[in-house]
Amino acid sequence: MTDTLLLGAVAYDPKVVTIWDGFQRWFAARGLPFDYVLYTNYERQVEQHFAGAFHVAWNSPLAWLQAQRVAKARGRDCRAVAMRDTDQDLTSVVVVRADAPIRSVADLRGKRLGVGAGDSPQATMIPLQQLAEHGLVGGRDCEVRRFDVLVGKHGDHVGGERDAAKALMRGEVDAACMIDGNHLLFAQEGTLPRGQTRVLLQTGAYDHCNFTVLDGAPTALLQRFTDLLFAMLYDDPEVRPLLDLEGLKAWRPGRTSGYALLERGCEQFGWLQPFLRHMAAG
Amino acid sequence: MTDAPIDLGDLGLDAGGAVLLRLGLAERPVGAVVPIAGSAGELAVHLRAFARAEGHGFAEAPAARRLAGACAPSGALVVATLTRGDAAPSRWRGAERAGAATADGAVDHPKASWGLAARGAMVEAGAPAFRFALADRDEVWADDAGALYREAAAAQWDPGAAIPWDAPRPHPAFVEDALVQTLTYLIENETAALVVPARFCAQVHPHFREVMQLLAIQAADEARHIEVFTRRAMLARSELGLSTGGGQRSLQTLVDEPDFALASFLLSVLGEGSFLHLLGFLHVHAPDRCTAEIMRLAAQDEARHVAFGMAHLKRHAAHDPTLLGRLRLAIERRHEALRHTAGLNAEVFDALVVLAAGELSPAAIARGHAAVAELQRQMDAGRQARLRRLGFPADEARGLSALHTRNFM
Repeated sequence: MTDTLLLGAVAYDPKVVTIWDGFQRWFAARGLPFDYVLYTNYERQVEQHFAGAFHVAWNSPLAWLQAQRVAKARGRDCRAVAMRDTDQDLTSVVVVRADAPIRSVADLRGKRLGVGAGDSPQATMIPLQQLAEHGLVGGRDCEVRRFDVLVGKHGDHVGGERDAAKALMRGEVDAACMIDGNHLLFAQEGTLPRGQTRVLLQTGAYDHCNFTVLDGAPTALLQRFTDLLFAMLYDDPEVRPLLDLEGLKAWRPGRTSGYALLERGCEQFGWLQPFLRHMAAG
Repeated sequence: MTDAPIDLGDLGLDAGGAVLLRLGLAERPVGAVVPIAGSAGELAVHLRAFARAEGHGFAEAPAARRLAGACAPSGALVVATLTRGDAAPSRWRGAERAGAATADGAVDHPKASWGLAARGAMVEAGAPAFRFALADRDEVWADDAGALYREAAAAQWDPGAAIPWDAPRPHPAFVEDALVQTLTYLIENETAALVVPARFCAQVHPHFREVMQLLAIQAADEARHIEVFTRRAMLARSELGLSTGGGQRSLQTLVDEPDFALASFLLSVLGEGSFLHLLGFLHVHAPDRCTAEIMRLAAQDEARHVAFGMAHLKRHAAHDPTLLGRLRLAIERRHEALRHTAGLNAEVFDALVVLAAGELSPAAIARGHAAVAELQRQMDAGRQARLRRLGFPADEARGLSALHTRNFM
């Protein structure tokens, strides 16, 4: 296994196979033996990462925090080695109908808040954390309605956010949470009719996915992997369709400064505890 | 250094503002710091998402507003600055023009990756390769394909308006029966003449767009012929006539021919060429004005099909000295395949005789019979003339014409 770099990824969409098959060919043509393992959910992926099933995990922000906390508990070293340019400095928004008498976070008290999947950092966890910092605790001060699409995939599927947006326009919830880019997408596609919604709250900036490695990963293979990632150019017609599918223009060195909001939410609401207990028991 | 602002006024990115942004950013060099002014709701939220998705740097006001120093001409405030990224120019690095749009802009061997792109378009590098079997200019091109297409497009006729469907039909019932049998045979043959160019139309590299267009309109011509022949046949009858196995076997050898040059030779030069005479015969001997007009208009269309077949085969033969030999073999092979079939079925032959006779007296039938014999002689002479124009010596043209299917098409 150590002559081939193995990557773990979650199959949130059939295109994941196209993407990693394409990268596999691209890496192979440049002398890096590369293969990948797909999981149906991030929890299994993190668990298997610690079981040594592969070397690099393509982790969601929540999976990163899960891995980081398990590593800390086990005295292991855990690093984020690379991420997409589009993984940096995202924000989410809490949206209300333009004509709603909701002018501040406090006005959401007693109302219905539509969120994405329960494990979606961008559509559920970070908005709930930010609302709590503004004094509104979901579940206590307002009703939280989850639009669970593909739980275990940490909100990678846009369906939950779209369902929440539709529920907002049908009047089934009073506010809906979504990533900033999806607010623009839903406005462009008409899910949120132009001029009929208003952003009540924009969260602070946060980061999204990263390639996570644990200590003991094969150093030379890993170095070649990151060297090749950073050498991928949008000019290259062979790799450009894969970058488009994966939603980036360039790979960036990993950074971990953008996970503070999610980490604070996890501390406050204990979102990591069930998984950490499971790992501790294993 | 900070550029002049892009002023979106009250236009949101969800309502076309992204278009203005892309156009505005395209005018600035990579790395330019561009203030964005606008008053649309959520503009700053959407600018952040837009910049991330399109590979530009993003910085939100108030720092951006300070950079701009003032608001934009519309009075809208600068809400953010974008630093122009290089993704858009990167996408077009290595792109190439697919020939030129002009009539002489076709190249000899268009690339598979030019695919469906318009001839003369700038094609992004890495576009998928299409498998068009006919991608060699010498195989398909005719110098007057563009002119023939324009002529065909201008000569399209509306069956509803062009045909006098209500014209009197004073002829006896047996002439109508003969006409319906003849039309049934024509429909079957025109179906072959539709299927063959339609199949090759999808195999021609779209770079040779004039050829593709010509084959498409040829198929459309045949579709119209099938319609008007059917409609005429059903004017006075509730059922069509007979279709023989021998007739279909003859047409099957056309439909099954996989080679474009050979198929268009057998279909257009020999088959439709012979049909030109047949339609002329039916125009002259039509029992009513409606039928006469149908035959005249159909013959006009068929003449173009023959002209294109001749033009591209003459050009092909000039570039490929082996072509005439292959055409000869194609006739011989088809003749061999049809050796044991009946040729033109008796029902069609008899119907043509009756149409030319107009009545059933022995003297009239003798006239009709002579007219059909003359038709076959004219068909043979026409085939020989076209074979000679393609480059066959006269004696060889005579021999090859005699081998052509007795089913006419």
